[in-house]
Amino acid sequence: MNKLIPLSEAVSQFVHDGDTVYAAGFTHLIPFAAGHEMIRQHRRDLVLARATPDLIYDQMVAAGCARKVIFSYMGNPGVGSLRILRTAIEKGTLELEEYSHFGMISRLQAGAAGLPFMPMNQTAATDLERTNPLIRRVVDPYSGREVITVPAMNPDVAIVHVQRADANGNAHLWGIIGEQKESAFAAKRVILTAEEIVDEAVIRSDPNRTLLPGFIVAAVCHVPYAAHPSYAQGYYDRDNDFYLGWDKISESAEAVKSYLDEWVYGVKDRAEYWEKLGRPTHKRLTVQPQLSDAVNYGNY
Amino acid sequence: MIELTYSSSELMIVNAARLLKNGDVVFVGVGQPNLACNLAKRTHAPDLVMIYEAGVIGAEPRRLPLSIGDPTLVSGALSVVSIYDIFANYLQRGNVDVGFLGGAQIDKYGNINATVIGNDYAHPKVRLPGSGGAQEISAWANRCYIMTPHQKRRFPEKVDFLTSAGYLDGLGGRSVAGLRGKGPVGVVTDIGFLEPNDTGELVLTALHPGKTAAQAIENTGWALKVAGDVRTTEPVTEKELQILREELDPAGIYSKSG
Repeated sequence: MNKLIPLSEAVSQFVHDGDTVYAAGFTHLIPFAAGHEMIRQHRRDLVLARATPDLIYDQMVAAGCARKVIFSYMGNPGVGSLRILRTAIEKGTLELEEYSHFGMISRLQAGAAGLPFMPMNQTAATDLERTNPLIRRVVDPYSGREVITVPAMNPDVAIVHVQRADANGNAHLWGIIGEQKESAFAAKRVILTAEEIVDEAVIRSDPNRTLLPGFIVAAVCHVPYAAHPSYAQGYYDRDNDFYLGWDKISESAEAVKSYLDEWVYGVKDRAEYWEKLGRPTHKRLTVQPQLSDAVNYGNY
Repeated sequence: MIELTYSSSELMIVNAARLLKNGDVVFVGVGQPNLACNLAKRTHAPDLVMIYEAGVIGAEPRRLPLSIGDPTLVSGALSVVSIYDIFANYLQRGNVDVGFLGGAQIDKYGNINATVIGNDYAHPKVRLPGSGGAQEISAWANRCYIMTPHQKRRFPEKVDFLTSAGYLDGLGGRSVAGLRGKGPVGVVTDIGFLEPNDTGELVLTALHPGKTAAQAIENTGWALKVAGDVRTTEPVTEKELQILREELDPAGIYSKSG
């Protein structure tokens, strides 16, 4: 079933005000293009969930899209704070729900497997248990000792960016695979964006690499460079300069507004955004190929 | 004999590297822990297995990674698994020998705060990044090391918020709470080493050359006890500095400060 539609249509159809959105990708393949499209379409009152909100949610919160954030690390990786999120939390203008990385990922794993909760061993993080009543304890029915539990998370929408997919939504992804699979299976609807749309035969040539089956995907969008300033392993580099630069931009509300006006509202889609970044940036983010050794599945 | 000069970051990185044993499976963080692990691998611990919480095992980064999810960690690594797998099958299962920890506050029992400054979680004076992987690393790695500059504001008697567990209220607290790993067995600072005594309280056990116990006491927010047999750490060697400055961090991004 061909599910190829433009990203603008996918967001329009599948992301509604008030939705809980999980934009997947642990540092890698973060779907910034979809984030920017949600901003352009003026989505409101979203509950934004990610392990590390990263700049994508910093930008969406600045644009007024969110009423709440669910997270496990509120930092600009390797740089410092996520200033906009941090200020909103310090001022009390944004609701929050906090976990550790494993707590967050366990929520998604439970959601993906259709379970009500996921247990994990104790970590003595009793202050976090106190501030987040969704982190609870049960007694292991076999050993009698206490384990920690987190409830399943079933986002309304998961947005997953991959290197390649076919038009049915069967998706290959490699490099840091983070929580893409868990969030996709946990979510009620999945928007898949891909650097490349390939023939089904390409997917079938390496079935071990297929992380997501097409039948759980609602929309497939061909969006090259969707991850910038994050990256797609093998396709382009992480724009570390941008991450460092955001630290400066996000110091001032003026500068953030200017940024959104120029780079989000001022472009119609990711293609125009990438073009606008210019050839020197394109060149700087280019990566030399490093192919894996081929595997032989055998012609059985 | 040439007198070597080095930054306090380089001093801490060199000392932290020496704590790793050959064959250790280490959960690596970005920045100084990353440099310490790579230095150890190039000196006395060639069989060190480096794991990054992004799910990468046996990373051999060609360039210095800015973040824990940098693409350079993946190219040429031994294995890449999901986040769930790395925390469950590796860390929770007990396959990780060493974890590195850090945070805004470390208290006298080695508990760490990386969540909020002040006692009001809902309206924090300062909102810090939060746990990330630290909550589980501190609980489940076989042993942990903390690397931090030795500054009084970083060493309160009790943390405002307990993000990662040290010895909780004292030794024995960890087993009562059901934590599998030994906890923070050493804190490496730019003055010396703190290690837990038999009640889980961090005491001064070593000083770097040229540093004094008085300096350590002055820069600690509780009445820091000094071990009876405080040792002097082995001086930084030219070889260690060469590897750090020429191979690992030539731009001095993580090793120059201080």
